[in-house]
Amino acid sequence: MNPGFRIRDLGFVRTYGGAGFSRPAITAIAIVTLLSPVLLGQQGFRRTPGAVYDRDFPGKKSGPAPKRDISGIWEFANGGAEGIQADGAKAIPSDGKPEHELPFTPEGRKAFTNNKPTYGFTQVPSALTNDPMPGCDPQGFPRIVLHNAHHEQILQTTTQVVILYQFNKKWRSIWTDGRKLPSNPEVPAWDIKGSPPPEARFWGYSVGRWTDDYTFVADSNGFDDRTWLDNAGRPHSDALHIIETYHRVDADHLEKTITIDDPKYYTRPWVALDKMPYRLQSASLEIPEQECVPSETAKYNQLFANPAAK
Amino acid sequence: MRRMLVAVAYVGLVSSALAAHHANAVFDLGKRLTLTGTVTEWFWANPHCLLRFDVKSDSGDMTHWVAETQAPPNMTPFGWTKQSFAVGDQVVVTLEPVKNGQPLGRILEVKLPDGKTLVAGNGLPPSSGDTRP
Repeated sequence: MNPGFRIRDLGFVRTYGGAGFSRPAITAIAIVTLLSPVLLGQQGFRRTPGAVYDRDFPGKKSGPAPKRDISGIWEFANGGAEGIQADGAKAIPSDGKPEHELPFTPEGRKAFTNNKPTYGFTQVPSALTNDPMPGCDPQGFPRIVLHNAHHEQILQTTTQVVILYQFNKKWRSIWTDGRKLPSNPEVPAWDIKGSPPPEARFWGYSVGRWTDDYTFVADSNGFDDRTWLDNAGRPHSDALHIIETYHRVDADHLEKTITIDDPKYYTRPWVALDKMPYRLQSASLEIPEQECVPSETAKYNQLFANPAAK
Repeated sequence: MRRMLVAVAYVGLVSSALAAHHANAVFDLGKRLTLTGTVTEWFWANPHCLLRFDVKSDSGDMTHWVAETQAPPNMTPFGWTKQSFAVGDQVVVTLEPVKNGQPLGRILEVKLPDGKTLVAGNGLPPSSGDTRP
């Protein structure tokens, strides 16, 4: 870099003395120390125009939950940024901590090693990644929830629960008409007459049921194993089975839990999202458009990602 | 020297924690540069918006910088729009540069010609205006 640029280096590192901390360094550290809880507390808090969050209703108690109803437009109760998990599943991020080590089978660990994410503990520079998403290949489920979750709109019909996702304008249908999952997800064969032919899907095949008046549980399988579970390159096999639990806490709140059950890649089921709180929004709230655009991605890679990785 | 390293590590740790939801191996985490330049393009796009601007050195050399933000839906809550910049705007950009010395970085905030500041919101709270209804 040309040292003649009109650059003002804001880094604290140049202000230190050799024998001990200089006064500016001490001041800087003190400021950072004092502010860090505040900054961390607001980390990434993002307010979508028109959306409301729990912080807007301090001390206000919500009304009772409606029965068998999870419909509506939902946003993360604690701010929009709650749904963006760059370093992997929120309940168990890829940060190198022993308690966040996933229960890989040997085959699962090999698949994880082969994945080259740009985030998380095993991250590589963008130019070296084999993440399918940057090229606009389908993110699929559950990655859309475990990585880049935004508003969700849930519709209920007599036969389906439909979830509309902001990211890439995708949707999923969860059948509620009593049908069962394909009996063998490795060789899918739908169990009802007239159903579509077997196929592996980026979004899986989902069926759901009410376990009580306030809890809806969906099971999914039939997944295409090219997708990743999260942004940190956690893999799944074609034996992936996902359990989603939606608990309607009260009139304004919904909690979502996602459990990963993949006996080929993991020795036991593990919770990827644990009671993530959502808040009901106005039925008139506009959900922003967010698409993956191949031409824009190519330009981004050319101008930024590739030269940054050299 | 040891104390200096401790201090550097400390600030680096706090900084990376602040930016954790958008961490990436290519960035020099915790480092900050403030650059005065002229906008040549504002690319409002996915997966990241790009601000291209020219910075002139004291010796007259020109460097073409490219700085990213997050995707548009993640920027609009902080007041950014497709019309935030026009070619020729004089701006003051604070960014976190990449490690390899290329004129690339991710934006923390930009001071506009009218004196207003746009904050990227990538780990730091917005400095101006709450959009609470």
